[in-house]
Amino acid sequence: MDSHDDEEPTGALVRPYAVTGGRTRPRVEIAIEALVETTQRGRSRQDGYSQVREKQYIVTLCDGRLQSLAEISARMSLPLGVARVLVADMAADGMVAVYEPTALDGNDAVGTELLERVLSGLRKL
Amino acid sequence: MTHRGSSGRVTSAKIVIAGGFGVGKTTLVGSVSEITPLTTEAIMTSAGVGVDDTRQVPGKTTTTVAMDFGRISIDHDLILYLFGTPGQTRFWFMWDELVRGAIGAVVMVDTRRLADCFAAIDFFEHRRLPYLVAINCFDGVQYHDANDVRDALAIPPDVPVLSCDARSRDSTKQVLIALVEHVLSLRRPRAASTA
Repeated sequence: MDSHDDEEPTGALVRPYAVTGGRTRPRVEIAIEALVETTQRGRSRQDGYSQVREKQYIVTLCDGRLQSLAEISARMSLPLGVARVLVADMAADGMVAVYEPTALDGNDAVGTELLERVLSGLRKL
Repeated sequence: MTHRGSSGRVTSAKIVIAGGFGVGKTTLVGSVSEITPLTTEAIMTSAGVGVDDTRQVPGKTTTTVAMDFGRISIDHDLILYLFGTPGQTRFWFMWDELVRGAIGAVVMVDTRRLADCFAAIDFFEHRRLPYLVAINCFDGVQYHDANDVRDALAIPPDVPVLSCDARSRDSTKQVLIALVEHVLSLRRPRAASTA
């Protein structure tokens, strides 16, 4: 009799990257604070994600609401790296838009303008 | 054809909140965040470990690091995030990600455990990330003078050192304002020689 242990999860450890099919590297890097928003396409075609519950959830979570990669990870209790792979796939499918943070290195006017907006926003809090 | 950046471009920014375990990082984040602080977890898989190996010793090959964070909507298309660093400084891999692109860092100090913040200060200086030191006054009590703390930490004279009460929204707000002002002041001398 074949007494091989099936390599079933024991329950003690949920393989974190199972939901990505084992891929741990995203198609594109996405910053932890990058903002994600569901696109029109994502809203109308989320049925296409019926196989992947997590992607459907992301479509709903970011519909009309800007959510950072960190928030998606936290609200779905998914490790950051897993959320990143999923969001990168969804962006490639055109289902979500990803807005990267403004680069602050160097000393350019765009960065300075952003800092001034942050400052004035904090003062108004 | 200069794009003026301000017309509806959605973007975000982040500030790193560092300091030793129990110094009040999450309290500070929570005092000013528009959401209850959330926790994101990152998994570090040991370098060089093959997929097969994880079956034999699950749990040994990965380390989970938790980070608390909060959110402040500056306006409809600019959101500021405050990220608390993982409590233990051995998780440097996560610090790299937190620091990348950050406005700057707040190093929180408990004067009773001053040494807890040394690693964070070293890290930010090495990465040239602007930072300030915020002495968290537990129960409104400050055990050391700000200048004593500056001396003890041996930080450069231009790094702001201030006291705060992490539980107070207004106090936290002042800390964040001071940090952004500091960052701007570091940029201006090189940016333009205004009359």
